[in-house]
Amino acid sequence: MKTEVIKKLKSFTVNFGPQHPAAHGVLRLILELSGEFVLKADPHIGLLHRGTEKLIENKNFLQALPYFDRLDYVSMMAQEHVYSMAVEKLSNITVPRRAQFIRVIFLEITRLLNHLLAIGCHAMDVGAMTPFLWCFEEREKLIEFYERVSGARMHAAYIRPGGVSSDLPLGFLDDLYIFLKQFSVRVSELNEILTSNRIWKNRLVDVGYISYREALELGFSGVMLRGSGIAWDLRYNQPYETYSELDFEIPVGINGDCYDRYLVRVEEMLQSIKIIYQAMNLIELGEIKSTDFKNVNPSRFDMKNNMESLIHHFKYFSENIWVPAGEVYMASEAPKGEFGVYLISNGTNKPYRCKIKAPGFNHLQALDFMSQNALLADVVTIIGTLDIVFGEIDR
Amino acid sequence: MNILQKFYKTIPIIIGHSSLTNIIFFTDKKFLLSTLFFVKNHINLQYRLLTCISGVNIYDKNYKYQVVYELLSIKFNNRLRIKIPLEEFQMVPSSTFIFSCANWWEREVWDMYGIIFKNHPNLRRILTDYGFDGFPLLKSFPLVGYNELKYNFKTKKMNYTLVQLSHEYRNFSFKSPW
Repeated sequence: MKTEVIKKLKSFTVNFGPQHPAAHGVLRLILELSGEFVLKADPHIGLLHRGTEKLIENKNFLQALPYFDRLDYVSMMAQEHVYSMAVEKLSNITVPRRAQFIRVIFLEITRLLNHLLAIGCHAMDVGAMTPFLWCFEEREKLIEFYERVSGARMHAAYIRPGGVSSDLPLGFLDDLYIFLKQFSVRVSELNEILTSNRIWKNRLVDVGYISYREALELGFSGVMLRGSGIAWDLRYNQPYETYSELDFEIPVGINGDCYDRYLVRVEEMLQSIKIIYQAMNLIELGEIKSTDFKNVNPSRFDMKNNMESLIHHFKYFSENIWVPAGEVYMASEAPKGEFGVYLISNGTNKPYRCKIKAPGFNHLQALDFMSQNALLADVVTIIGTLDIVFGEIDR
Repeated sequence: MNILQKFYKTIPIIIGHSSLTNIIFFTDKKFLLSTLFFVKNHINLQYRLLTCISGVNIYDKNYKYQVVYELLSIKFNNRLRIKIPLEEFQMVPSSTFIFSCANWWEREVWDMYGIIFKNHPNLRRILTDYGFDGFPLLKSFPLVGYNELKYNFKTKKMNYTLVQLSHEYRNFSFKSPW
């Protein structure tokens, strides 16, 4: 009697998450399985929804900035930067060159931070514990660079409309140089333990295959697009800050599987190192934020010694800037893909609408497509390769 | 400017605006699907990547909402923004069958603004809680919301209760300095 019932059962439903360690936070996945094969994957998101867009509409332009740190909490500055660019574009603020180079350095540090976590956690999901520990050791050092410029390990609020909040501390670039010298060795260690590893390849090669056409159809960006062979990088194709002066290459995958995307991530880390070296050579002395004090706050010294600056300081931090009416869509190559901000201002000191285009949102909705007829264990690999963080998806 | 003038010949544009790397135009919801299909597949346009769909609650004498489609042409390195003006209780045709990634973005717009997408395969709420009521990104929705979730120690269950703040939410207006 009992065996008959089991025979009739063709597919069954499994609830994966929201507290599964491989779910990268709070993904609730409803899987329809036939044996060990996935027929359908239905992600339920929104468990980390904090109403960021609504909150931003009720804050002034500066107060809205720290919310961007809290979106994708492993690549913080990349998102502040997009928002800052959007505000700068709307209110026509020019950023001094030193600030632009500082931004480039920190954007690439952020990229390293993100890719270290992506590769480390992906390896741990698949079963390798060691790379995870190595990656987090390096991440800790990089986070200390964040701490040195902003005082905060993660939620830095360092890149602000008009420039950056403070200058680099003394000896910062020297220490960054020392770090980078040893970091390339760490990357090659990572390469050594994973790239030719038999188990790693068994789990990754030909899993989560996405073709050129499908990647476009699914709205991919960043590594997910490049892994499928499309050489598209906003740093190169639509350059912002000083990326047009820097020399770097865009790694591209051939097969479009998880293994290619892993290789692309490793190569991007090496390219990031290259970019930081160049930026360190090219950086020059000068202002770190715009000198129009209607748009940025004056220095601490001026504020203490000058009545005019004190007024500007007070007005900036209480009322903040009045951005001219208009709308803009700014996007940059965040580590996870194209991070965009669609900002509408109605001429007051608060954003009228701030739409956040998170790369992970498009990537996660492709999970159903990518895990069709995959094994249950492959779903974990695919979630790892998507490099999703729920802060940005749920917003 | 050239490219927008070409658009005027083929697409019923209400208002358009273009710069070197970005084209923006309004069109009617009747022509949305054909416009999307056209700009996606025309050999000289190839806006193959739908970046995002966003809703905007903006008050104008002709419309109350906008649905904004952000498209990217990788071939020509160009961005296109199509805007659909909407009045209350009007529906937009779903573009899921043209761009499969529109699925979740449309669900999000429905969830946040209550704009219904016709023929959408699965128009459920996406970001808010199961059983949530109301559309949070409408300007008429208060920032603190209506309900809050509390844990009841006696029944050991989570309950929704009405929001009770110890003091009113203060909204500073800087129209006048004092």
